[in-house]
Amino acid sequence: MNLKTLVEQAHQSGDYSQLISIVPYASHIGMTCERFGDEVVFRLPQKDTNLGNPILPAIHGGVLGGFMELSAALYLVMFQEIPKLPRIVDFSLDYLRAGLNRDTYVECQLTRQGNKVANVIVSAWQKNRREPIALARAHFLLERQ
Amino acid sequence: MPNDSRLLQQVTRFVDSLAQCRELAITPVEAWHNHLVLQLPYDKRIVGNPETGVIHGGAITTLMDTTSGSVVICALPEFELCPTLDLRVDYMAAASPLLPVLARASCYKITRHILFTRCEAYQVGPDQRETVIANCVATFMRIGKEATPLAYRQQIEGNRGD
Repeated sequence: MNLKTLVEQAHQSGDYSQLISIVPYASHIGMTCERFGDEVVFRLPQKDTNLGNPILPAIHGGVLGGFMELSAALYLVMFQEIPKLPRIVDFSLDYLRAGLNRDTYVECQLTRQGNKVANVIVSAWQKNRREPIALARAHFLLERQ
Repeated sequence: MPNDSRLLQQVTRFVDSLAQCRELAITPVEAWHNHLVLQLPYDKRIVGNPETGVIHGGAITTLMDTTSGSVVICALPEFELCPTLDLRVDYMAAASPLLPVLARASCYKITRHILFTRCEAYQVGPDQRETVIANCVATFMRIGKEATPLAYRQQIEGNRGD
């Protein structure tokens, strides 16, 4: 099944699990996606194997980065009608608060899309969205056919 | 240059204390003063593009964040936990499937409060040529060794019953 069909089916049913499961890394960290109206929120459920710092304990910064990067890529696939997974060009991430061992949520915002490149802002939070634990910017290369 | 076995052991203990690194089987390969190389083996579970078998950038970010954070052990006189403030990753090429990815890091500036690191993720082909996969610069905050629990410091430095 191609990506476009999967996206259409997911939008219709509101169940994004099949779309997300095409990326093995998404299952590895355990991420899911839920829709609220016309918006989506990505969720990284609490998972012990995602931890880094054992003292706090806190989610590994790389897992948080991977979750945010993949959320941004899937967000583009879902809302920009691109036929293939976009390729990441660069990724800039500020860690603002410790990512504790609990559920984490991510929201994406498309800042600018040109013919070749898209810029996405990604915000991750745990307690409430006014207290982000990390903010990221990413550039993606879009392959159009 | 031969490995500094004390640093290699400390980094091994530190990396092994991170659950996600055990999950990804990230292991140290080279360690000496202000130099560290960690290795991430290929694994189907961390693929980002099922059509090509290329591993996801997130696994590379984890490898580079860990290598940059651990080279601090090789750069500071004593172990202290240093949380990541920020990192920037530039992707140069997709990682070739089946080959491990290595990351080499150094700390290029140490101040009282902040550490600045550089890291390069690369692969070694059958002809022994290196291909750069990604570059990363990061900053880490020094919270001081007093803010790192003594038991954890001893676990990493290995100076009690080790």
